[in-house]
Amino acid sequence: MSDILLEEIPLPAPAGRSHVLRRFVRHRLAVLGVVLIALLGIGAAGAPWLAPHDPDEIAISERYAPPFTAGRVLGADDLGRDVFSRLLYAGRISLAVGVAAMLVTLIVGFAIGAFAAYYGGWIDTLLMRLTDVMLCFPSVFLLLFVAAFVTPGLGSIALMIGLTCWMEIARIVHAQILALKSADFIAAAELAGAPAWRIVLRQILPNTLAPILVAATLNTANAILLESYISFLGYGIQPPQASWGNMLTNAQSDFQVDAWLAFFPGLAITLAVASFNFIGDALRDALDPRLRDA
Amino acid sequence: MTALLEVRDLRVAFGAAAAVDGVSFTVAPGETLGLVGESGCGKSTTALALMRLLHGAVTGGSAHFDGRDLLALDRPAMRGVRGAEIAMIFQDPGTALHPLIRVGEQVTEAIRAHQAVSAAVARARALDLFRQVGIATPELRLRAYPHQLSGGMCQRVMIAAAIACSPRLLLADEPTTALDVTVQAQILELLQTISRATGMAVILITHDLGVVAGMADRVAVMYAGRIVEMAPTAALFAAPAHPYTRGLLGAVPRLDQGWDDELPIIPGSVATAIAASGCRFAPRCPRADRSCRATPPLAPVAEGHLAACWHSG
Amino acid sequence: MLRYLGGRIGQSLLLLLGVSVIGFALMHLAPGGPLAVYTLNPTVTAQDIARVKHEFGLDQPVHVQYVKWAFGLLTGNWGYSFFGGRPVGGIVLERLPATLELMGSSLALALIIGIASGIVAAVRRNTVIDYATTTLAMLALSLPTFWFGLLGIYVFAQTLGWLPAGGMASTGGGGVPDRLRHLLLPMLVLGFVLVAQWSRYTRSAMLEILSQDYIRTAEAKGLRPMRVLLGHGLRAALVPLVTLAGLQLPLLVGGALVTETVFSWPGMGLLFVNALGTRDYPVLMAILMVGALVVVVGNLLADIAVAVIDPRIRLTHV
Repeated sequence: MSDILLEEIPLPAPAGRSHVLRRFVRHRLAVLGVVLIALLGIGAAGAPWLAPHDPDEIAISERYAPPFTAGRVLGADDLGRDVFSRLLYAGRISLAVGVAAMLVTLIVGFAIGAFAAYYGGWIDTLLMRLTDVMLCFPSVFLLLFVAAFVTPGLGSIALMIGLTCWMEIARIVHAQILALKSADFIAAAELAGAPAWRIVLRQILPNTLAPILVAATLNTANAILLESYISFLGYGIQPPQASWGNMLTNAQSDFQVDAWLAFFPGLAITLAVASFNFIGDALRDALDPRLRDA
Repeated sequence: MTALLEVRDLRVAFGAAAAVDGVSFTVAPGETLGLVGESGCGKSTTALALMRLLHGAVTGGSAHFDGRDLLALDRPAMRGVRGAEIAMIFQDPGTALHPLIRVGEQVTEAIRAHQAVSAAVARARALDLFRQVGIATPELRLRAYPHQLSGGMCQRVMIAAAIACSPRLLLADEPTTALDVTVQAQILELLQTISRATGMAVILITHDLGVVAGMADRVAVMYAGRIVEMAPTAALFAAPAHPYTRGLLGAVPRLDQGWDDELPIIPGSVATAIAASGCRFAPRCPRADRSCRATPPLAPVAEGHLAACWHSG
Repeated sequence: MLRYLGGRIGQSLLLLLGVSVIGFALMHLAPGGPLAVYTLNPTVTAQDIARVKHEFGLDQPVHVQYVKWAFGLLTGNWGYSFFGGRPVGGIVLERLPATLELMGSSLALALIIGIASGIVAAVRRNTVIDYATTTLAMLALSLPTFWFGLLGIYVFAQTLGWLPAGGMASTGGGGVPDRLRHLLLPMLVLGFVLVAQWSRYTRSAMLEILSQDYIRTAEAKGLRPMRVLLGHGLRAALVPLVTLAGLQLPLLVGGALVTETVFSWPGMGLLFVNALGTRDYPVLMAILMVGALVVVVGNLLADIAVAVIDPRIRLTHV
């Protein structure tokens, strides 16, 4: 047919590395997010050196000191503890919970999604129905439900958050592996005689990586939000250990005395969560060539 | 005879890339003009530019339709032209029809966009149109969704919607490419019948020379954003003047070819990055020489036969 | 269509069964069990605990308890609160209207503003309007709802004194205007997050649809831009958007819980948090089930709506 000779065969342009980078940089907000995360990370990691005061040091005489008084940048709280120092230390906890919970969602989600897709049959049905059931629980409900019965601590909270938020990853992994199992280029690799491990390593993993990376970033943001909320309600990180969430526990009564107390921890949460969200959003754009103009 | 449509020096650019670069042609009332070329040569872009459906593209030149420059009309006036005076049908009727709207409504809304008629009148008109384009059991089909109809049937619906307001010009952009071969012939015949009956002019865009041979009065061959040859259909097939046209004709497989003979092809592909000057076909042309570094004008080689090649004389 | 519906209802029932089993198991397998709070109280003896356990049937094997509870749930006997002994069904259901009022008004707000801003952002893509809308939406999704609510209370209730800081109505009643004044702040706080989500989803759905061939066909017919955008574009976007409405329900229910606690809104979320403090199992389980029911029924309704909008789905699933 003349069609074959006259129509060009469309070849998808490969997303080159420089191309990915350029689109990433174009998302200035994401760059801003990376900078903010870096700053928050440095603040958290370097808290012991950067904090001007011991975060748990109580100074009754300086209760509710406003910012820039008594030598305290962000003032002091209801027990006279230095707010700036507590924010830095709280950042250690909140960011650690976020990252650890994200890792749990990755491990659980990948295991369940891959297991279901690989074995298929009733195992697939059972695991993916379980995923559906879990999606029906509003995660805040489930989290509070469990948190009320578990001794709170950094590890247990990260684990709980992770265990209530793995479903999206599982679905992505499941769908990707199913799609890739039947994809032409996998068949081509098989025909070319590539061993199975090589197919998984060279073909399946890179293709699955992009959406998972995006979901993981957004999960980190979500985990930080969830931690702050259960800590705010008193079921998360327990005082005197500070987390951004539990620094807000008394916010409502603090308003009447010192509104700044309720302002900075919330701002820290917002900045951290927004940064991860912006990065995740930009990653999605940068890694998915199909969304180029979307 | 005055031209219905006179396109002069049409230019379309997406950013820095020129997709159509100085195209001029005319269409007489009732005439069918075939616009032929490889995909990416700018033929669809030309049609969309005439309809002003290219968002975000820069256009230049003029396109006088019945005395008005389409490219200079204000938006409401252009909306009055679209669908009413110039209609358009597309390559894939499966995606060109809205999947969630009954096909009857997709025809009646075209009527009611331009004429103040009641829903009942529009419906009756749609029923007539369905009969006219050869849809069996039109009462039933009016209530169907596109996915319930075959590709050929969908294209008939598209044609019905296009001719609903009796336009004087139809832009048919690869109307049969997505269809089965037997259906292709039926659709082309239908277009020809309608065109003859109503005096509607047609610009038939295709990459398939077989399609234009049967239907077009004249043919314009496009290459890389320019028209390289334009002639009455018979003259073009009898004596192609441009090496590219000759290549196209040679590239149609023939029955008298032996099994072992290699199919003739045009080496290379449409230049995507268009060269600064000179003949754009030169890199692929067997006859190219130094003279091709200058852009050849579209010049007459015979009565009504134009070609843009230094070697066509 | 009927078979499709039957299948979906069956699936929903199975989902609810799964939710109830997992919820029940979580609660009873938790260390210490339901009566853990009492063991810390020196005035409560071991005999007391054993007696209470027996009274509430907590000394029976978990699966027996589950069957009894599930049977009760189906027959309308949702058990009795550990505190005060009132029937759980009454306690939970009297809170339901308040929650539905909050969720419904926020969702309505989100639908109107979210969809409108999403369409504008899609049509004016890569312009200042688009960037501003999408950035604002992303920020809204990053705000901790409770903190945002607290800021709202600080500004509008505490500092400006325009709106009440919490509750559903002033003491001693008050008419409709009073109730609306109480509703406004929580509705805006909960709605803000939802608006952001709807805006983002509408934008991306519309972006994809506006590049479709049938939009060009509609334009080529000479239809008015509004007709092309709404009659053809939004009509096609309804399918993903309605699906989203279903998927978004857990977020809506969870967000309502958060908002209620901040604004002392007397709904199920506040009840849940209070019951959590007292480890009132029957109440917690009932709220979990009602929450799951809202999600499941919402998803079911969304699926039915999608099947009504999109004739192709009716065809493939029947």
